[in-house]
Amino acid sequence: MRQWRIIAKEAMTRASIIGKFLCLLHVTDAYVLSSNHVLGPSMLPTLNITGDVVLVEHLSHRLGKLGSGDLVLVRSPLDPKKTLTKRIVAMEGDKVTFSLDSTRSHNSRSLVVPKGHVWIQGDNLYVSRDSRHFGPLPYGLIEGKVFMRVSNVNANSIAFGFVPQNEFNHIYWN
Amino acid sequence: MGTPSILWSITKKCFTVGVITLTVSDLFASIVPVRGASMSPTFNPKTNSLFDSLSDDRVLVEKLCLRNYKFSHGDVIVFSSPNNHKEKHVKRIVGLPGDWVGTIYDVVHIPEGHCWVEGDNSASSLDSRSFGPVPLGLVKGRVTHVLWPPHRVGTVDRKTSQNRVSSSSSASKF
Repeated sequence: MRQWRIIAKEAMTRASIIGKFLCLLHVTDAYVLSSNHVLGPSMLPTLNITGDVVLVEHLSHRLGKLGSGDLVLVRSPLDPKKTLTKRIVAMEGDKVTFSLDSTRSHNSRSLVVPKGHVWIQGDNLYVSRDSRHFGPLPYGLIEGKVFMRVSNVNANSIAFGFVPQNEFNHIYWN
Repeated sequence: MGTPSILWSITKKCFTVGVITLTVSDLFASIVPVRGASMSPTFNPKTNSLFDSLSDDRVLVEKLCLRNYKFSHGDVIVFSSPNNHKEKHVKRIVGLPGDWVGTIYDVVHIPEGHCWVEGDNSASSLDSRSFGPVPLGLVKGRVTHVLWPPHRVGTVDRKTSQNRVSSSSSASKF
């Protein structure tokens, strides 16, 4: 009888250590730092089409320290189960000029980003579905800021470095 | 000699309890006070009894629904305000993606990934009639029970209004 009690106590101790570790893992992943696998063509040439592993920090957006030019991970307004990686182009109160069809820049529209929203666009304007299609994004959908990339581009090199936080550039082709 | 180690063990215990509480309230359920009368008489009915006018209702918000984002008409949800991500609102879901909801002036189509919310107390409720459909990604949980005051403890039922919503899920047999 006494042996079972000792075994049960040992099992409880081990389970509680594992439980505490999983809780700490969740808190770090959601509130401090996490790694995410992002893929798709909408952020070329900044991010690869076949996928990158990026480090995302979850502190800046809670402190309100995001600005235009930041790469962010957001929850898609069209499907809450998907997350998108896009760049913030304009914050609330800024005026945005955009055209839905990048090849014809003469039919452009302008609007002011409303309060509590941001305007996001992918770096690859031709294939990205972003605020030009679904409108300004509520700030509450932002989940974190991408600040570093750790990925294996090919077998011979590892691309490891800070992701460029540049201002939005128009790319003109003629 | 003994005091620093006592302080350290108290700090460790507080940190552990904090991390566990945060994880449980993020992933399973949390208790939330409801302010305002926009959901009368479901919450804060403001009758003349002493209990009701003393303090706000406290409700149980479950977070398990955030795994699949599957909601039903009539669910009461907690969501971040689209205009100010720091504020949270408690309202009832009236329309789901694909539905047509009738307001006073026109009929609105709910786009994919969004929902239409309204307070039970239509006269004094700031809801989708002012700020439009709410992206489901902003939803932070579903209210299942009222926990305070004691004489109104119980489940929060679904209440649907058939005459104002034409939903795509209830396919018409005409």
